[in-house]
This record gives sequence, C-alpha cells and structure tokens, in this order.
Amino acid sequence: MNPYNYLYVSGLLFTIGAVGVVVRRNAIVVFMCVELMLNAANLTLVTFSRINGTLDGQVVAFFTMVVAACEVVVGLAIIVTIYRSRRSASIDDASLLKR
Amino acid sequence: MTTSTSLVYLIALPLLGATVLLLAGRRSDKWGHLLATALSASSFGVGLYQLSQMLARPTEERAVTQKLFSWINVGTFNVDAGLLLDQLSICFVLLITGVGTLIHIYSISYMSHDENRRRFFAYLNLFIAAMLLLVLGDSYLNLYVGWEGVGLASYLLIGFWNQKPAYATASKKAFVMNRVGDMGLSFAIMIAFATLGTVSFSGVEEASHTASKAALTAIGIMLLVAATGKSAQFPLQAWLGDAMAGPTPVSALIHAATMVTAGVYLIVRSNFIFDAAPTAQLLVVIVGAITLTFGALVGTAKDDIKKALAASTMSQIGYMILGAGLGPAGYAFAIMHLLTHGFFKAGMFLGAGSVMHGMNDQVDMRRYGALRKFMPITFATFGLGYLAIIGVPPFAGFYSKDAIIETAFNAGGVKGILLGSTALLGAAITAFYMTRVMVLTFTSKQRWEDNQHPHESPLLMWAPMAILAVGSVTTGFLFTRGDALVHWLSPVVGEHAEGENLLLQPIVVSGLALLAVAIGVAIAIMKYQLSEVDAIAPHDVSVFTRIARKDLLQDSFNEAVFMRPGQALTSLLVKGDQNVVDGAVRGIGRTALGAGSVLRKTQTGFARSYAALILIGAIVLIAGIWVVTQ
Repeated sequence: MNPYNYLYVSGLLFTIGAVGVVVRRNAIVVFMCVELMLNAANLTLVTFSRINGTLDGQVVAFFTMVVAACEVVVGLAIIVTIYRSRRSASIDDASLLKR
Repeated sequence: MTTSTSLVYLIALPLLGATVLLLAGRRSDKWGHLLATALSASSFGVGLYQLSQMLARPTEERAVTQKLFSWINVGTFNVDAGLLLDQLSICFVLLITGVGTLIHIYSISYMSHDENRRRFFAYLNLFIAAMLLLVLGDSYLNLYVGWEGVGLASYLLIGFWNQKPAYATASKKAFVMNRVGDMGLSFAIMIAFATLGTVSFSGVEEASHTASKAALTAIGIMLLVAATGKSAQFPLQAWLGDAMAGPTPVSALIHAATMVTAGVYLIVRSNFIFDAAPTAQLLVVIVGAITLTFGALVGTAKDDIKKALAASTMSQIGYMILGAGLGPAGYAFAIMHLLTHGFFKAGMFLGAGSVMHGMNDQVDMRRYGALRKFMPITFATFGLGYLAIIGVPPFAGFYSKDAIIETAFNAGGVKGILLGSTALLGAAITAFYMTRVMVLTFTSKQRWEDNQHPHESPLLMWAPMAILAVGSVTTGFLFTRGDALVHWLSPVVGEHAEGENLLLQPIVVSGLALLAVAIGVAIAIMKYQLSEVDAIAPHDVSVFTRIARKDLLQDSFNEAVFMRPGQALTSLLVKGDQNVVDGAVRGIGRTALGAGSVLRKTQTGFARSYAALILIGAIVLIAGIWVVTQ
C-alpha cells in the first residue's frame, strides 16, 4: 500500500483538529481536537519512519504520547476547575485576561 | 633664588582662622573675632619678619620662593603649588595684612551688634588668605586660585546682609561681572600654555623674549579683561557701586584697599608681557584714562557717601591702571599710588563707617552736615585722607598721583598730551567731588533731624582710622625719599626709564596739578559750603546730573546690550528645549502609546482567536518556507 496515503489521512486528521479548535466552544471538545492534532502528528512521524526505514520517527512518537498524556492530566484538571468556578465549560467565557 | 619654608604661614594662619570659625559655628561666637584678628595680626608679623629677612639680603637675592607640592604633572605641563615673595609681593603682603588687621580691629566694634559677627570675621580671614595667595602665587595658575578666592570672599561679604534682597542682588551682580573678567584670566592662562608652554611667571618672562607678538598681545588683552573685571575698570565697572551693600569695613578692605587693586598687581606682575605687546599696553592706558574720568564724573553726582567713595575708588584705580600702562616708567608709580590709596581710601571708608555708626546708618550726605563738632576724630582722620586723595602736598596722594600725571604727560607725542590732560582733568574733578563729600558731611549746615544724636565712635574704631591717617600723611613722603620705592621695585618691574627730553618738568606738572585741585576745591566750596544745600536731592536738575546720578547709564547700557539679548537668547533656548528636545521625547512616548492602543485590539482574550492566529501564522510560515525552497 502506498505509504503516502497515511500522510493524506494524517493531514485530514490535523485539519479536522485545527478547525475544531477554532470553531468549537466546548472546552472538552477543543481539548479532544488538540489530541486529534497530536495524533495526526504522531501518524506523520510513524509514516516517515516507515518511508525512510529508520526508527527515529517512532521513538519521537512515543515521546509525544508521554507528553500528551501529561498534558491531558493538566488540561483536564484546568477544565474541571474552570467548570467548578463558573459553571460553564465554554472556552469563550474564560476571557478575563483581556481586561 | 633663595628658598624659604615660612612663606606658607602667611596664608595658612588666616586660612586656619576661617576654617576654625566656620567649622566651630556658634560655639566660637564669644572669641571668634579675637582669634581672627590675632591670626591676621600674626600673618602681618610673618610679613614683617620676611621684610626684615629680605632687607638683610643683597638686592638680587631678595626674592624668596617656596615649593609647597607638585600640583599638576601631566606630560609637558608641570605646575607646582609654589609661592614667590619678591619686592613687589612684599608690598602687597604688608598692605593686605596691615590694613586688614586694622580693619579686623575696627570691625570688632563696628559689627559688635551683629549676631553673625563671627561669620563676618571668618569671611574676612578667608579673604586675607585668598588675597595673600593671589599675590604670593608664583604662576598664573596659582594666582588664579587666589583670584577666584577673593571673588568668593567678596561675594560672601557684599551679601553678608543677604536678608535684604537688594543686597543679595548686589553680591550676585558683583560675582557675575567678576566672572566675565575671570574668564579673561583663564583665557590668558590657556593662551600662555598653548603658545609658551608654561604658566609660571619666570617661565613666561623667559619665553616672552622669543614668543610671537600676536600671542603676547592676546595674553595681554586677556589679562587686561581680567583686570577690568576685578578692579572695576571700564567696561566692567558697574558692580563696584552696588558692592557698597556690604558692611563698611568690607568696602574699606576689599573694595578700596586690596581686592580691587588686584588688577593693577596683575598688570604690573605681567610687565614683561605688556612691555613686549605695545597694542595691549595702549589698551591698558585707554582703559585707565576712561575709567579715571568715568569714576570721577560719577563721584560728583552721588549723594550716598559710600557710593561717592566707591566712584572715587574706581577713578583712583583708573590712575593706577593708567600708570601701569605707561610701561617701565609707570609701574612703580602705579604701585606707589596703590599703596598710598590703600591707606587713605581705607581710612576714609572707615571714616564713612564711623559717620554712619553715629548717624543710625544714614548714608545720604544730604542728611549730614556740621558733623565736625560731634565727631572731631573722624573729621580729622577723614580730613587727612581727603587732603591725601586730592593731592595736597605733603600728603601721600600728592606724591603718587603727581608722579602718574607727570609720567602720563611725558609718555611722548599726542598720546602723552591727551593722557596727561585727562589725568589733570581727573585731578580737578577728584578735588571737586571729594571736597563735596567733605563739606556736605562735616562742615556745611546741619541738615539732619533733631532726633539724631551723632556721636564719636569708640576707641576700637577710631584707632585704626588714626593709624591709617598717619599712613595717608607719611607714606608718600617715605616712598619718594631718594626714589626708595622705585629702586626697591626695579628688580621686578625693570629699571625705571626716565625720558630724555621731558615735555613738562616735574615742577610744572605739580603746579598745574595744584592749580587743577584748587579750581576743583573752590567750585565745591562755593557750591556746597557757601550756598544752601537741599536735604532732599532736587529733581529739576540738568540732564548731565541725571545721567551722572545713574552712573553714566552703565546699568542701562549693560541691560540693553547684554542682559536683554541674553534673556532673549535664554527664552529662545527654553522654547527650543521645550519644543524640539522635549517634543522629540514626548513624540517617542506618544508613538509607543498609539502603537500600543492599536495592537491592544488584537488581544481579545478569546483563546480560540489566539489559536486561529497561531494557525494562520503557521500556515503563512510553512507557505513562506515552501515558496522560498521551491
């Protein structure tokens, strides 16, 4: 199978993720879209690893997964805290910094 | 050259007094004046000791030097802080410390009611120290330190009663006008260093034989500017009249006997420069001739006794500058007139102070009159000074002033006739205005109110006046006995050159001078003794009197030519500063603020718009890289 098809899938995933981050208001969904983009990147790394026949890309993909796991912990904690304090998970409600 | 280790005590003693009195503050109020007087007197003692040492040595070894420390030592520029006591400076040392001590003694009583008397004595001691440094410095740079020191002391003492705004202004005026002259001296020093490579008197004298005439002329003119500032000569004369705001002993010591004669000292000390630069020398005599007439004319119109005496000082220093400008023939006579003037003018100022003391600080001579009966000693001492200044033989002024007039007449050609006639005219006017002072104060009818109680001053005040009066009588005779002073000074100022064919014989000049004096005295007596004098200065006077009362418009001239354009320039600079410099600074601030308020709008606080911006940025970046690498 043509390995480039994986790249197309990865590009598609990344675009869906990016659009989701920009257009969705729910913090959980935005968060999921961020994860989608990370996974798109992981897929790219693995694909190129396969194309080039080296293991570098796959090693980096493991790093990404670890970092993403940490990020999930911190991010979810923030979202829960925000929800507790303002009874809303809308990302637009948390815009206090502009003032 | 003989060296000595005791010269420094001349300066150190009064300087110690000033330091102690200023640092000890009010704690020394009780004994400060005594300490200051004692230190001034001991400095005089050191001066006398030095004179005795000097007399014991042969003529060519009389000058002594003392190197204190190496002051500036940069490359080829070496200046030692050194002192030089020669036949010229010893005259000044004895005048400064002698007259200075007498005036200290006088001030003990004169200032006894002033709660700041201790501070006054500290300043007096500071002045003595600075003035001694001025005359003892062995280079122009050392002289300059003393020159600035006396300027400072003069400023502090003129403004001693600075609680009165007019007095504070007077001290500032004196200080600022002196700065103009001081600038001349600093220029002279700089030119001397740039062209001759040295600033010591001996070095400059040596270099002056080979130096270019242009450089020497430039130095000479700058020295003359310095002298006009310090000695209140035309065109920097306007400060001296206002300087009378200071206490009278200050007027006597600083603004009559010593500091204002520093310009004469400077010119006589720099004789080698002026002898080699005839243009500068010609300017010196012109300045002297103008000032001696100028001061005399101002003196005729002043009703304030101190201001009349100040105008007279200006005029008499004009004589000295004239004498100093006449070259080797006149240097010694300039110094002689300086010394005799130091005695009689200081004595007269102290007399004026004594009159003010007895008249509740009244200074208007139109409110005096008939004081002879009430102040016999003041009358006698002032009278002797008066006879000396108008030049009646055998009083001191006759010898010294006559010598200058005679030298002026014999300066040769049209110049000699012009200078001689000016000096003669000045003598007549001097006789007129001094007789006016004398008559208005002592002998005319009483014009003061009955609630005044004029009385003679205490012993501490009249004793110095009496000693100075003795000096006014005898010094002229002593100095001219066998040409004593001329021979004494000749190692410093060069051999006295007597002209071969004299225009006028000395006896003729003396006759003419006495005639001029007689005319002046006669007019003054007719006008003030034999006719009624108004107690209030009349207003319906001729335009000449009006101009003379305004000091021949010197202040109006300065205001129109220097002050107003200066103010205009300042306000222009202020405007430029506010609009250009401040404008640029404010503009930068405003630009930053404006840019900030525009850019602020992009910060919406919505995380999604930031994410969109990051996304767009990333796309643009990648697109850019793609375009570039294609």
